[in-house]
Amino acid sequence: MNPDSSAIRIPHSALSRRHLLKAGGALVVGFVFDAALPRTLTAQSRGATTDPSKPLDPAIVDSFLAIHADGSATVYSGKVDIGTGMRIAVAQMVAEEIGLPVARISVIDGDTGLCPDQGGTGGSNGLTRGGMEIRRAAATARRALLTMGADRLQRPAADLTIEDGQVRPLAGGAGVSIVSLVGDRQLSVNVDPNVTLVAPAKHTVIGKPLPRPDVVDKCTARHVYVQDFRLPGMLHGRVIRPPAVGATLESIEAASLFGIPDVRIVRIENFLGVVAKDEWAAVRAAAVLKATWTDAQTLSGHAELARHVREGAIDRDQDIVNTGDTADALRGAVKTLSATYFWPNQSHAPLGPSCAVADVRDDGATVWSSSQGTHGLRANLAKVFGLEPSKVRVVFLEGSGSYGTSGYDHAAADAVLLSKTVGQPVRVQWSRQDELRWDPKGPQQLLDLRAGLDASGRIVAWDTQMWLPTTRPGARAFLAADAAGIAQEHGMSSGLLSQNGDPPYETERVRVVAHWLKETPLVPSNLRAPGKIANVFAVESFTDEIAAAAGVDPVAFRLKRLSDARAVEVVTRTAQAFGWKERPSPNSAAKQGTLLAGRGVAYMRYKQAENYVAMAMDVTVDPASGRIAVTRVVCAHDCGLIVNPDALKNQIEGCIVQTISRTLHEEVKFDRSRVISDDFASYPILRFPEAPAVEVILIDRPDQPLMGAGEAATAPVAAAIGNAVFDATGVRLRTVPFTPDRVKGAIASASKGSSAGDAAG
Amino acid sequence: MPTHGFRLNNRAVSVESWDANQPLLYVLRGALGLHGPKFGCGLGQCGACTVLVDGQATRSCTTPVSRAAGRAVTTLEGLGTPERPSRVQAAFVAEQAAQCGYCTSGMIMVTTALLARTPKPTLDQVKQGLAGNLCRCGTHTRILRAALRAAQM
Repeated sequence: MNPDSSAIRIPHSALSRRHLLKAGGALVVGFVFDAALPRTLTAQSRGATTDPSKPLDPAIVDSFLAIHADGSATVYSGKVDIGTGMRIAVAQMVAEEIGLPVARISVIDGDTGLCPDQGGTGGSNGLTRGGMEIRRAAATARRALLTMGADRLQRPAADLTIEDGQVRPLAGGAGVSIVSLVGDRQLSVNVDPNVTLVAPAKHTVIGKPLPRPDVVDKCTARHVYVQDFRLPGMLHGRVIRPPAVGATLESIEAASLFGIPDVRIVRIENFLGVVAKDEWAAVRAAAVLKATWTDAQTLSGHAELARHVREGAIDRDQDIVNTGDTADALRGAVKTLSATYFWPNQSHAPLGPSCAVADVRDDGATVWSSSQGTHGLRANLAKVFGLEPSKVRVVFLEGSGSYGTSGYDHAAADAVLLSKTVGQPVRVQWSRQDELRWDPKGPQQLLDLRAGLDASGRIVAWDTQMWLPTTRPGARAFLAADAAGIAQEHGMSSGLLSQNGDPPYETERVRVVAHWLKETPLVPSNLRAPGKIANVFAVESFTDEIAAAAGVDPVAFRLKRLSDARAVEVVTRTAQAFGWKERPSPNSAAKQGTLLAGRGVAYMRYKQAENYVAMAMDVTVDPASGRIAVTRVVCAHDCGLIVNPDALKNQIEGCIVQTISRTLHEEVKFDRSRVISDDFASYPILRFPEAPAVEVILIDRPDQPLMGAGEAATAPVAAAIGNAVFDATGVRLRTVPFTPDRVKGAIASASKGSSAGDAAG
Repeated sequence: MPTHGFRLNNRAVSVESWDANQPLLYVLRGALGLHGPKFGCGLGQCGACTVLVDGQATRSCTTPVSRAAGRAVTTLEGLGTPERPSRVQAAFVAEQAAQCGYCTSGMIMVTTALLARTPKPTLDQVKQGLAGNLCRCGTHTRILRAALRAAQM
């Protein structure tokens, strides 16, 4: 046992290896390694050393940027690249300002020992906030380099420029290399928040579709994921979580591990883990260790979730939008519509389950994690596990895509607790079941919508009521610390959930009310486009309902009520590229053999303040099976200035295809005790035969601020599919996922003459 | 302790294992120190761990190491390098067919096996060929383009 582990209360039943050996339970056997094989553990250099002179203060240029004597530069980014292309985009922005080729700029992201705290990566803020902070630092560096160059060349700075690593006269003639001006020395200037950036007309690097350097590494097994990282003397850990949420551990039978080599059990109250030299031994030990837990039945069950939410205790009600008395206007309306929409809990379901490596020593701790918020994780790990904050370092290593807050912080806490307890570095790799059972979930969302039209078809009133999990201050609790009985905060947050609940269309009076729920059955967290994904599904489906009720073409209905030129452009460009023919829904000629065909459209402006996105889709519905196929997607996307169009397209395509998966397939299922959708059979995601053709139209606006694009294009997807299904079948889907059974049920009820559509909540 | 000998990326290797049922994946990533094959599910549901065994795309997470004995195992490392990529690797790079890239190894291995069997596949044949491999980032359209591009190279 680590002498440091006295900080943690370890009750009587904690077992060391010695106990196990005495019990005859362990065999010490290892592998024979063929030394001729290459080992590619290059990640071990990451996090090995820190330079105490490296500044971290975001007010200082040197915190973000170092220009080296060999003519290369390193950028230090607090925001992290989770497969989004942020690193290449940041390198392009820096290259534009300091005149070094992109290939000479490397980006280190999310290492708390090297990178300034720029806040967590989320809400599509990686480039908008983090990247722009770095660009301003680089632009400040440019100005400093021009001043130094002016001094050296004895010419006014205004007559100089920086190109290819040289400060040189605009008029031509000999220059001076920026390496000779600053190489390996700190610039020691503060970031000027109002610094002038290189003007869009002069961009030579921004706007280029440069390939991401990580892609070639990922295609040749050179890229080191957190899952690949190893330390000398490292043990493999697994945590055995209770079979029911809230259950307590009664007893364990160490003898059940007989035959598994060199394994140790760690029990701290209800925290139960195993560590072993060999990973497979840890896997087997976690699988066969006999543990007796109490029963617990604290959950609502997924089938009852919508009702549970509607009847749930309210923390507070909040007016999100209120532009007039909608109740009065609804009473005076010639035609009114109402509908209820529901979005289920969903999992992040990263393809690689969460993983972390921790090395907790007496003199400090280093944690390798794929967390999207390494600085926040560092602070919370230190606080919860009683470590000196200045001696905890979290090193970011890319994991599998996370799309929000998946299980990575929990895995880090697992690794820290195990390493602290056993006194050796420990790697914790969650299983598929661990991830799908225990990642904090994208929250369920319930929405009631009402709208009223006057005789001319104007929308005179729009009322949205939404039920959302509340926000409580503090960090999200670590599973490991709760189980081990360690005091910690129990904050609750899952992103800005209440945005986009109002229509983007001309409407006389709008009211949006959020009912913030005190508790929800499963712990909520941010999952790509949090809140917006269901709000836009509801608003854009309901807009389609209104257009259909008015007998108006869905594109024409929207365009008539949009005045923002950028909004009009994305809708118009989408319709043109799609070949949209004006007619109302549903489609009177939907039948194509045994299938029904339809098309749908949706539009939104993300957070009502950022990206403009419109998309149209072709779908077919097989009424016999209820199966929906999305066959073609066209999306026009305006996120202001484009830094790297190919990386941007990759993100947009990903947003669309992933959300088709979420819309058609994904719902976390749980009973009274536990999550039961815990593998890719019970929590299916989209497979290749379902992949549609996707056409993305980028609208570049170099004179406009850039906006992040990691999320926006997810938001309109579900509505576009639902609207297309309505076009094909005349049936309105208001509950996600649109599973074959649900679609068949909705079609059957419609044909029986009940109100067309499924009933949510 | 039983020893299992096989060829790995054109070299002879021999590993000992305390458990003949130990999945090949853990041997490759553990004792043999490779990063190409990835752990995704351990259930044969996602394809991230795919390697070639005698040229056949095989789920290393559900293949006992004992079953590799005497066979030729190829991982992503064995196909090519950044400087000398295989045509499938080159096509994936050309199409920038990765986001997080965690599934990429499995995609490239399955595509390699598919093209060996069906040198000029249709889009639909590629979709069916990759049906057992999951991508969570939604990079499907690029992966499909990459596979079709590789077939033309």
